[in-house]
Amino acid sequence: MTATSTQETAIRIRDLDFAYNGTPILEGVNLEIMARDSLCIVGPNGGGKTTLLKLILGLLKPNRGEIEVLGQTPEKSRLRIGYVPQYARYDPQFPVTVLNVVLMGRLDRIFCGAYAKPDHEAAMAALAEMDLADLAGRLFAEISGGQRQRVLIARALAAEGELLILDEPTANIDAASEEHLFEVLGKLNERLTVMLVTHDVGFASKFFKSIVCVNRQVVLHPTSELTGELIRNMYGGDIRMIRHDHRCSPEGHCTHGIS
Amino acid sequence: MEFLNALADPAIPFLRYAFAAGIMASLAFGIIGTYVVARRITYIAGAIAHCVLGGIGAGLYCEHKLGITWFGPLSGAIVAALLAAIIIGLVSIHANQREDTAIGALWAIGMAIGLLFIAKTPGYIEPMSYLFGNILLISKFDLWMVLVLDTLVVGTATLFYHKFLAVCFDEEYARLRGVRTDLYYLLLLCLTALTVVLLVRVVGIVMVIALLTLPAAVASNFAKGLWQMMVMATLFCISFIGSGLAISYNNDLPSGPTIIVIAGLAYLTATALQQFRKSRRN
Repeated sequence: MTATSTQETAIRIRDLDFAYNGTPILEGVNLEIMARDSLCIVGPNGGGKTTLLKLILGLLKPNRGEIEVLGQTPEKSRLRIGYVPQYARYDPQFPVTVLNVVLMGRLDRIFCGAYAKPDHEAAMAALAEMDLADLAGRLFAEISGGQRQRVLIARALAAEGELLILDEPTANIDAASEEHLFEVLGKLNERLTVMLVTHDVGFASKFFKSIVCVNRQVVLHPTSELTGELIRNMYGGDIRMIRHDHRCSPEGHCTHGIS
Repeated sequence: MEFLNALADPAIPFLRYAFAAGIMASLAFGIIGTYVVARRITYIAGAIAHCVLGGIGAGLYCEHKLGITWFGPLSGAIVAALLAAIIIGLVSIHANQREDTAIGALWAIGMAIGLLFIAKTPGYIEPMSYLFGNILLISKFDLWMVLVLDTLVVGTATLFYHKFLAVCFDEEYARLRGVRTDLYYLLLLCLTALTVVLLVRVVGIVMVIALLTLPAAVASNFAKGLWQMMVMATLFCISFIGSGLAISYNNDLPSGPTIIVIAGLAYLTATALQQFRKSRRN
């Protein structure tokens, strides 16, 4: 976890277009994200949130434009990113212990054979930071959804990156675990840039400094612009409600058709 | 008892060879079988196993028709298995859709090529013994081959344990940690291919896949981690082959099917027990 000056840019995207099988997913994306920012990516399903993440991780290549992550191409800075995928996509029967999952964050440090002592120490430290040290020997499949989510964050922390990217961490976990998760992320944000995809703008507005709306176009709003009242207007009375027809555009949010 | 005497009998070396080959190969079967079950690529392993017949046919043809004595059915099997592993691996990496159709086609084409070669090989060759196994065919040379392949497979699979574990558990994340996942996936399929060849003589092409996956599947009901699953799968594999050979010898039954039926019964029993335990807990 290197100390970075607050003025440094973590992610810079210029004039990016991405199409999948001829269907445009993202168009004319320009985005600049400062180091130690905390931002949440919102938008309708199929709007390109996951695509944007994958482009930043270098798992997809843009058709046009460029992406710079931590001052380099996404492929080159990949190892400096802590990535937290959705836990729900794991094989529930896979026999692997919590510690071994977290050690995968150190995979780039070994070629063959066993992990070294510093790797074990880093993994245990990451588990301790997530309050999971006593679960190290348990099977990943046996623990609860909220715990699994935190194990995956511990794995990302064990990698000791500068940028933490989480894909829908609030899906499938209960409200208490979710609140705990945002507390933890708030603490981590003191030293890391945190980027999170969510449906849940209610919690997002409390914790995040910026909000990125993704729906073919990508627009960044500082959270200060996004007052509680605006969110209620956007999402209707119940702010935990999920809206799929929500549109983002450079002109701002359209306010019709509250679901 | 009768079986133990027979094992020591110098007049019937093939039984001893089959037993030794089975014990040695169990190590590779336990380890690779665990990866195959955990990664859920039984179908791909099955296709590789069936393509081996193409290589066996080509080997027989080269040996008997063309007189190339150094390229027999076993060499053919190894080449075909590796080739099939790489082709099927590339298909499954690059074909996003209809992967199962393509693999099913390769499965059948491999077998068809083998049968065509066997048909054109002079002299009568019984394809049955390759399809369903025949321990009478095992020679001392095969035993050495099993030993060499076994060392190779077990060595590679244990040396890169953590890489394979990560590629099986979460391929995308492994890639993001700088692991060349496609390479390790292909390597895993090649090791699977070599493992399949180890026991083709004992249980045959059609049934070898059961011996690869059933011990690991039984072990998965009890194991607390991939490593434990490998140890247990190896022990299960040894016991299935050992008891299968003994029962088949004592009752004059073909050894391959006997081994597979025992493995299958163990699998069904373990799964039923697990279901029973689960339903009682709820």
